[in-house]
This record gives sequence, structure tokens and C-alpha cells, in this order.
Amino acid sequence: MDLTLYVWRQDGPDAKGKLEQYEAKNVSPDSSFLEMMDMVNEDLINEGIDPVELDNDCREGICGTCGCVINGIPHGPQEETTTCQLHMRKFSDGDSLTIEPWRAAAFPVVKDLVVDRSALDNIIQSGGYTSAYTGELIGEANNTLISKPIADYSMDAAACIGCGACVAACPNGSAMLFTSAKVAQLAVLPQGAIEAAERVNNMTEAMLNAGFGNCTNHYECEAACPQGISVKFIAKTNREFIKALA
Amino acid sequence: MLQSSIGRKLVMATTGMCLVGFVIVHLLGNSSIFIGADGINAYAEHLHALGPIVWIFRIILLSLFGLHIFFGIQLTLENRAARPIDYNQKKNIRTSFGAETMIYTGLAILAFAVYHLFHFTMHVTNPEISASVLPLDALGRSDVFTMMVLSFQKFFISAVYAGAMVTLLLHLSHGVQSLFQTFGVLNGNTLPIMEKIARAAAIVIFVGFVSIPVSILLGLINI
Repeated sequence: MDLTLYVWRQDGPDAKGKLEQYEAKNVSPDSSFLEMMDMVNEDLINEGIDPVELDNDCREGICGTCGCVINGIPHGPQEETTTCQLHMRKFSDGDSLTIEPWRAAAFPVVKDLVVDRSALDNIIQSGGYTSAYTGELIGEANNTLISKPIADYSMDAAACIGCGACVAACPNGSAMLFTSAKVAQLAVLPQGAIEAAERVNNMTEAMLNAGFGNCTNHYECEAACPQGISVKFIAKTNREFIKALA
Repeated sequence: MLQSSIGRKLVMATTGMCLVGFVIVHLLGNSSIFIGADGINAYAEHLHALGPIVWIFRIILLSLFGLHIFFGIQLTLENRAARPIDYNQKKNIRTSFGAETMIYTGLAILAFAVYHLFHFTMHVTNPEISASVLPLDALGRSDVFTMMVLSFQKFFISAVYAGAMVTLLLHLSHGVQSLFQTFGVLNGNTLPIMEKIARAAAIVIFVGFVSIPVSILLGLINI
């Protein structure tokens, strides 16, 4: 299959970027999106043009590093799938693909499709942990029994891979789904419940300070999330915030 | 609380809920026009008889409006600043037209509310058919019924009113379900149900308000 790509090219954080048109010829429908980009990049190198910088790491759908916005949808048109697990059979011969980086004030573009996502790390550092004592005297973690429904709920929230697609999809550039996944994951566990009030306040404050927007319940985040994280965790975070007020 | 992201969202939800409550009470009051002059004139008389309570109520309502508008604008500006460079192509999957246009429908409702007060409360825009110049009704009450009928018989006034109710419909279609999500009372199962209930409620409120000018234009309600 042959495709026309419109790819965002930007030399550096302060450079002005623009969409460049490239042709991807003889793409196998069985190749992944990243393999297709690898082929395009090889052609660019042969032509003496800088290859498109594209973040990627595991290429197994685990890490989420590869995220970019494809035809207006973070990670492309396939539901609950990261960019690396998206295959070209999802597209048709002759299609045009617009490929852009995550767009948010808190995610400055490093180069081309690569953005700096350390703002998400800052949110985690502000409270996405538990200060649990460990060691022989306390006993091991498995001594604290946790019911199956709570463990499942917590694990569903913990499925977040921190790719930032929620921010990229949100009309407000908010990181509420990312933040609330961590708040909810920890708030329901006995180890995390102790610091729940502090955590929700600190993490939502860190989110705002990092330059993310505010959640207005568009639910675009849930639709874009490659892990299918539910906006019920945002409702849970709102509950935790109300509890923290009291 | 008033600087935090969720805190301000709670202010929007709380004031929004009170304003929806006001809209429902206002609709129920207005619907007394279907009983005829006796209905709405008696309702207006009772309201005015409350004296200072009316003013306390008005001040509370104004504060609710003020807070809702202030934080609505502030949050919208912050949210826009969070994406300084827009996408060349962006496809929204889940959100609704109502959700995307909240600031515009909100400002339109504000503009309409100001006009509405000038018209029916302060009698500035159409003084010739206002209750303050119309003769009192048979029971010596201010004739709100005749003012409403004569007003909505003017197609322009009815059209502006109906247009404003469309913006209210859009605003509530997102706002009502959104406030329950903000209060944290929803979960993964109840959210889709609440979205449907909220849209239905917005439609009922819309139909209720618009039925008044439509009934008058069709001559179903007449002097």
C-alpha cells in the first residue's frame, strides 16, 4: 500500500515547526506503524534528509513511549492500542496520515514527534507513592490481606503506563486521568489510604503547576487511553478531594 | 480550595446545581400561565408579597451566577493556555457539542438573562406592553399574564427566547451529568446512565420553556 504522510518536523524546543509531506511506498499491511516510519526514515536518510525523530522503546505496547497523534487521535485509530501495536492494516491504500506530537504546554516538543513528558514524573513525585515501613519487624507486604474487588480496582488504575495520551486527547490539555489513576490506585489500599488526603491535594496541585489544564469532563482521555483507564477514577479522585476538605 | 483544580470544579458544580434548581423552579412558576391569567398573576402576586425575602433570594442568585461565570471564564482561559499550539488535525471521540461549547452557551445565557431582566423585570425593552403600564387585572393584581401574551405574540421576542433556550439545552446537556461526576457520585456503571438522564432532563426543561411562546404564537394561550 502507498500512503501520504504529513509529519510534524521541528528542529528543537524553540524552533518553529511545520508539517512536511512524505510518501510511504510499498508499505506492507502487516508492518507496524513504527516499522512503516522506520522505512520512511531510511528513505529520508538516503536522500540526505534528517530522519523523523520518534520516541519509542519497548515496541510491545508496554511502555507507551511511542505515542504520537495520528489523524487527530492519540496512538491512532485503534482502540486501547499504543502506536507501536498499531498495524498498517488499519489503514487503506492511498490514505493520508497526519502525524503530530502530543500538544500541551506541559509537554514541550524536544524534536519532531518527541515531547518532554517529565511533567508527569513531577506529578508522581508530589505524591504518587506510599511511605510504608518495610522490614522484618513490620512483616512482609503480603501479611496485609486485601479483598479481590479492591485489588482489582487498584490494579485497573495501576494499569496506567504514563504515556500522556489522556493529556494529548483532552480538549483542555488536562492530566486528570493520569493523576487520578494514581490517586485512586493508592487510596483504596491500606498502605496508601494513610496519605490519601495529602496525596490528592499535592498531586492535583502539581498537575496545575506543571501547566496542565483542568478537567471539564469531556471524557476524551478515557477514549484515547491505550490501557482503557476509566474516568470513574476521576470521580473517585473528586471524592478523595472532598474527603480531604473535611 | 479556590485555587485548586478540583476545588474550583466543585464551585462550578455546586453553583451549577443551584442554578439548575432555580431554572426548574422558574419553569414550574412560569407554567402557571397554562392555567390562565388567574394562575400566573396569582403566582406573581405571591412572589412579590414575599417582600425582603425576594431580595435576599435575588442577591443569593446573583452571587451564584457571579461565581459560576467568574470561575467558568477563569478555568476556560487556563485550559486554553494549557494547549498553546493547536493540532492541525484533532478528532474528538467521546465529548459532545454541548461540552465543547460550554463557554459560548454560558455567555449566551448570560446575555439573554440580562435582556430577560430588562424585558420582564425592569420593563425597559418593551415598556408599552409591560405590567407596569397595563391596567391591573380584575382582582387588582399586576397583569403579568397579558404582558407575557403580548410579548410572545411578537415573533422576534419569541425567537430570541427560543434561541436562548437552545443554548440552555446545550449547556445543561453537558452540565448536569458533569456536576454529578464532579461530586464523585458516579462510577463506571452509573456514568452512562446519568449522561442519558441529564440529556433527557435538559430536553424536558427546554420543551417546558419553549412550550410557552409556542402556545402563545399558536393562539392556544390568548388574552
